[in-house]
Amino acid sequence: MSGAVLGAPLRLGLLGSPNSGKTTLFNALTGMRARVGNYPGVTVERREGAIRIGDRRLVVVDLPGTYSLRAISLDEAVVARVLDGDLGEAPRALVVVADACSLARSLLFVGQVLDRETPTCLVLTMMDELRARGGEIDLPRLERALGIPVRAVVGHRGLGLDSLRRLLARPEDWDRPPVLPPSGVENRAAWVDSIVDNVITRRPGANRSTDAIDRIVLHPVAGTALFAAVMVVFFQLIFALATPAMDAIDTGVEVTAGFVHTALPPGLLADFLADGLIAGVGAVVIFLPQIVLLFGLLYLLEDLGYMARAAFVVDRVMGRVGLEGRCFVSLLSSYACAVPGIMATRTIPSPRNRLVTMLVAPLMTCSARLPVYALLIGAFVPATSVGFLGLQGLVLLGLYLLGAVAALIAAAVLKRTLPGDESLPFYMEIPPYRMPTFRLWTSQVAGSAWAFLRRAGTIILGVALVLWVLLTFPRAEAPPGLDAQQAARFSLEHSLAGRAGHAIEPAIAPLGFDWKIGVGLLASLAAREVIVATLAQIYAVTDDGVSLREAIRSDVDPHTGRPVFSDATVASLLVFFVFALQCMSTLAVLRRETNSWRWPAFAFGYLLVLAYGASFATYRAVLAFGSGT
Amino acid sequence: MPAYSVHATLSKPVVLADLEPGAAGMIEEVDASGPEGQRLLDLGFLPRTWIRMVRRAPLGDPIEFELRGYRMCLRRSEAARVHVQRSPGGPANTR
Repeated sequence: MSGAVLGAPLRLGLLGSPNSGKTTLFNALTGMRARVGNYPGVTVERREGAIRIGDRRLVVVDLPGTYSLRAISLDEAVVARVLDGDLGEAPRALVVVADACSLARSLLFVGQVLDRETPTCLVLTMMDELRARGGEIDLPRLERALGIPVRAVVGHRGLGLDSLRRLLARPEDWDRPPVLPPSGVENRAAWVDSIVDNVITRRPGANRSTDAIDRIVLHPVAGTALFAAVMVVFFQLIFALATPAMDAIDTGVEVTAGFVHTALPPGLLADFLADGLIAGVGAVVIFLPQIVLLFGLLYLLEDLGYMARAAFVVDRVMGRVGLEGRCFVSLLSSYACAVPGIMATRTIPSPRNRLVTMLVAPLMTCSARLPVYALLIGAFVPATSVGFLGLQGLVLLGLYLLGAVAALIAAAVLKRTLPGDESLPFYMEIPPYRMPTFRLWTSQVAGSAWAFLRRAGTIILGVALVLWVLLTFPRAEAPPGLDAQQAARFSLEHSLAGRAGHAIEPAIAPLGFDWKIGVGLLASLAAREVIVATLAQIYAVTDDGVSLREAIRSDVDPHTGRPVFSDATVASLLVFFVFALQCMSTLAVLRRETNSWRWPAFAFGYLLVLAYGASFATYRAVLAFGSGT
Repeated sequence: MPAYSVHATLSKPVVLADLEPGAAGMIEEVDASGPEGQRLLDLGFLPRTWIRMVRRAPLGDPIEFELRGYRMCLRRSEAARVHVQRSPGGPANTR
């Protein structure tokens, strides 16, 4: 048909189970030029790639990996809805991707696809693996048995792709099965088993390398030790490698902002460019090192086959609070930062477990809390020892533990109380170990970074600009005779945020906070550590740590003559930072991952209530039992 | 439970969760009720399917099985829905 090139491109649906090599094939076919979006109402990612074969234009729709077309959750139902044409134009032809080594399972899925009576072809992957294990499949016989075209590919090496491309260009010519596979559980199983017996001319032997590795990796003692070691190294690498990059970005932002201030005449434009726009862009870019590192390591372990094993080892522990093994890595990553941690929940197949993990991830003590803890602990906790442990370190450890315990309790409660989807059964494939391919790995990592920049980054930048406006306007004329730091304090105090700090003082007074802490809390919505810089501005000191520590220690309430930062206030503020979701970037990424503002609003609300309650209780308790300073 | 004829004299059917590492057998019956049961069938846990228990996780749960050419792990609660007839003689064909 020569007219095909003029019409709308033909839509091809790419179907297959997780671990079937579907993503590798999608990348090989589309050359990674995928359009990524979301299906409405669910958290499932939508991926499509336009390609051209000869004079035929095609759109390959990469459907979410699934073992079955009989959906048991809303997210899974996306596959059937796409096939039905409920979510945009229905694919006119279907390509089922299946691992050649597990044909006896994959054919069950092929049968479900054939039931839809849409032109279908089957692509077998991992043929190299099958042959390495001594197995052989008679492809012509499989074509005859199924009544549809069958091709074999080795996706990462590009073998068989040309033949597949020629086939995909002409779905109208595909053979269709003369009769549908028999219905009923028993008959369907018999249909699959008779085909398998017929076409597998040599059964594969055991996967010896995987068996040998698993004897160590999943050994009760050695496997547990290895799991702990991998997680420690994983976490350390993210911290150790991301910190210098993030410091460099910070410096770059400062230098650029400083350059703008010197190059432009002082005034609103310079302030906007330097402190609004450049700082806002910096607030987005600062996350990239962690995201690239986290996803680099995560996908490396995933493609290798270790992530399923790690989840297998730790599942029992997570099961105690109603979660599962695959949630562990997300929560661990959230110790570095909740933003990549929440993005990492994409590997959790159960929508409910994924949502609960995202909602409790902000409770894990992220690295942005450290400057706040360091300031308050450094200023107010005496550097004495308890036994051979430093008291300051113990307080810090206590704050970390408080966050982790709160996250687990919140997970258990949310898992039981959230409305919606039923609990799904737990099942997880343990794939053979495979050498990761560089192409797939880079496309996965780059895809995550790009998705963050485009979807969450825009929100973060927007909120950063709004916060800058609140902290800058209205512009008050500072009385003459003030030095630069006092002028900065004056303009902040008279800004919208400064007034808001005063306005919320009655609400936060029960927690022991005055208006200055209120302004700091509002500003820290940009990022938790911003409260340090804001307090420095309010106290009109440079934020070099020492002078700010002195300033807040000596600040005295003008009405009562008591220190503003009493023991009770400091304890209350620390506890507030353990719980509160003071982070617009986390909110933005929650919005992006859940595809709705409902869940970020819920997370912000429930954590604010927790923070308020816990801070109030702490404040009162320290006032009642504490040293009374 | 249905009555068994020949096999019953060899060994009693057990649930999947009770197999010890390395033990193999043939699936006799699956409690296919509800979404969990339906999914077990779609994953290939079907009557007359050979299955082998590979190992338990270090903390005892979940359990890894080999069937239909692949490896899947289930928790004890899901594995209790599947009844198997042990195959005492030699390794079963799970590939």
